[in-house]
Amino acid sequence: MPTKPEATATAVASDSLFDVEELEVHYDLRGGSLARLFGRDTGVVRAVDGVSFQLRRGEVLGLVGESGSGKTTLGRALLGLVRPTSGAVRYHAGQGPVDIATSSNRELRGLRRELQMVFQDPNAALNPSMDIETAVGHPLKIHGIAKGAELRHRVADALERVGLAPAERYMSKYPSDLSGGQKQRAVLARAVILGPELLVADEPISMLDMSVRAKILELMLGLKADLGLTYVYITHDLASAKFFCDRVAIMYLGRIVEIGPTDEIFASPKHPYTKALLAAIPEPDPERMVPRDLPRGEIPDAAKPPMGCHFHPRCPEAVAQCGWESRDLRVLLEEHWTRRDPAAYEREGDLVGSLDKLDTPAKEATLGTGSSAAEVHQLLDRIRGEDPSEPLWSGVEEVVEGPDGVSVRFKAGVDPALRQSDGVEVACIHHPVSVTLEPARGDG
Amino acid sequence: MSVPTTASSGPVVRAEDVRVWYGTERGPVRAVDGVTFDLRPGEILGLVGESGCGKSTLGRGLLGLLPDGAKMDGALEFRGENLLTLSKRELAERRGVDLGMIFQEPLTRLNPLMRISEHFRETLRTHEPGLSKAEMDRRALDVLRRMGIPPTRYRSYPHEFSGGMRQRLMIALALVLRPAFVVADEPTTALDVLVEAQIIRILHDLRREFETSLLLITHNLGIVAEACDRVAVMYAGEIVEIGDARQVFSDPQHPYTRELLRSTISLSTTGLHYIPGAPPDLVEPPPACKFHPRCPDAMQVCATRWPAPVQLPAGSRAQCWAAEERNRLIRLTEDERRPLERRELSVADEA
Repeated sequence: MPTKPEATATAVASDSLFDVEELEVHYDLRGGSLARLFGRDTGVVRAVDGVSFQLRRGEVLGLVGESGSGKTTLGRALLGLVRPTSGAVRYHAGQGPVDIATSSNRELRGLRRELQMVFQDPNAALNPSMDIETAVGHPLKIHGIAKGAELRHRVADALERVGLAPAERYMSKYPSDLSGGQKQRAVLARAVILGPELLVADEPISMLDMSVRAKILELMLGLKADLGLTYVYITHDLASAKFFCDRVAIMYLGRIVEIGPTDEIFASPKHPYTKALLAAIPEPDPERMVPRDLPRGEIPDAAKPPMGCHFHPRCPEAVAQCGWESRDLRVLLEEHWTRRDPAAYEREGDLVGSLDKLDTPAKEATLGTGSSAAEVHQLLDRIRGEDPSEPLWSGVEEVVEGPDGVSVRFKAGVDPALRQSDGVEVACIHHPVSVTLEPARGDG
Repeated sequence: MSVPTTASSGPVVRAEDVRVWYGTERGPVRAVDGVTFDLRPGEILGLVGESGCGKSTLGRGLLGLLPDGAKMDGALEFRGENLLTLSKRELAERRGVDLGMIFQEPLTRLNPLMRISEHFRETLRTHEPGLSKAEMDRRALDVLRRMGIPPTRYRSYPHEFSGGMRQRLMIALALVLRPAFVVADEPTTALDVLVEAQIIRILHDLRREFETSLLLITHNLGIVAEACDRVAVMYAGEIVEIGDARQVFSDPQHPYTRELLRSTISLSTTGLHYIPGAPPDLVEPPPACKFHPRCPDAMQVCATRWPAPVQLPAGSRAQCWAAEERNRLIRLTEDERRPLERRELSVADEA
């Protein structure tokens, strides 16, 4: 059985195929039908929020993250399938560098011969009424490269290359005649038939049965070696990324929070998010148990990302400077009430009043009313007493009773940028250990 | 993992030789083909196997949720009562109260026009008529609290919740009736890895809070290893191996279990392995052991005689000639033991 080719990791030339600089892709929620759908009247979703990295010729770079992390949007931006809001996507093509971010559609059409994509769902990627020969040969026809016998010959060649052999057996079949794995092979054949430089593979195995996943990855490694491809492998599955990638970029809410050589990141993950992802993967190891110290909650709304470090509300290692704010107080109170009986909740809920005003991100949050201020203050002290180690409290500057209720004022936060630390780059206040804490993108 | 059972308490569910088949133009599809197992109170049994092995059909069959046209046979006892002889109406009365189900896609199971509070009140009104509104709310808030959903969200609509919260809601809706047996069919497939781990932890802790027995259907062996007491491995409608999850994972007795474990890509994967071929067509499955055409250990006997399920000294039960021989339970003849010449499988004959 083949193992991961060690050669690729070491023989990678340092020349870059892509240089991505400060890339931002924002989706506008103002006006339009989206705004109505979401019941909002203003805002932007920062799908990709200031990402810079280099893609080296011949490497496999993994973009890893949960849904909503921006990994798919970033992958599409590399191919010019989404228009960046700002930043550069420099592609070092054979005929000189091109900025995909500013290329015209006409230029992009020409580049599609070199830049290809494989999607997650092979059922959706293949036209159900097109036979495999037509589907796989389509790119050759569109780009006017081959027709007739030559086209057929090249399709057969591509099919055999992806293991659909003998090709005659598959050429007249329709997608519905093929299994999931076979369909993904046909999709790969179509992607490589033009001899591309780059293949962006978006979750290529996650819809497949586990007994086939390894086979498709093996096929992709073979294609890469034969055709000299560069891969961007988009996935939420760290286990396959560990096996498949030379380098990985861990993404969270539109940003890269950690990037570096796969071996380094898996051997000693630095960002608390990376650590959490690694701890959460269910392993078929009889000695392992369900992890207990999981980050709470889920990936937040990208239209209103948390202040400070975007991961701080879920972070098990959060400290005072991580950017605590009003919405964190709401979560804290709600969690408190899941531990109280309904009668206590009713009493305390009335005291505190509506939590909706905490939903607007702010460094100061007011609870209760002038007359209930003292009681609310006591309640907060009691909650704090129940779990003094809760990191939110370290981020509280002061709690003051006023005429409108109790004001909780938070300390200024830090939004850490990617920094070098022991062979990887990581965006966390704790790294590198030697650096003194300085605001990188202060949010006051 | 220890199971909080006493010696005297019998199984909650006992399935014996359960069969499910559908009629098609080409003949009957034997989706579940003679399945026997029991489930003790508070126990979590993981059901694994490739797609098309009959896992979901079995899970739905246990709750009487098969589509019209499917036939079911065998014995299926819930607390000593045979469910297969009950009328549709009697079975419907037991669903929800005694038998619960957690589905894969929570959003499709919640009514977008109903508040969460209304979902709970409707469920309780239907299955436990006579409860006061205050009592219904108390029950609902109590179970929501245990699932980590704050009472402030009780009057929200389904779309106001995230994916993981919706799955917690589904679990809460199933548990508010305190069923003794719940089938969870791929409950975390649509979720992200961190949220998946949260849900697995909730399911794992269910028995402590609700004493519920759980059949957890999943294709993810890692989930079984972490959350289940026992595991049943299904292939082509049969349970080919069943036993203590740790035991089965550390020393698999059936080659299918072993190959399934080897083909799983995990953090410790250093080389790629896979099972050649695909699960068989269940209209005309291979004779004798149904796994023999894909089995790396196949012998002559495997293609000619069906291996009966056998209790092995290690504690698990498996149906495999090689496992019986290895454990010295039988002696095969020289002829029977001869390796089977395997039909060349094309690279692309796969699932």
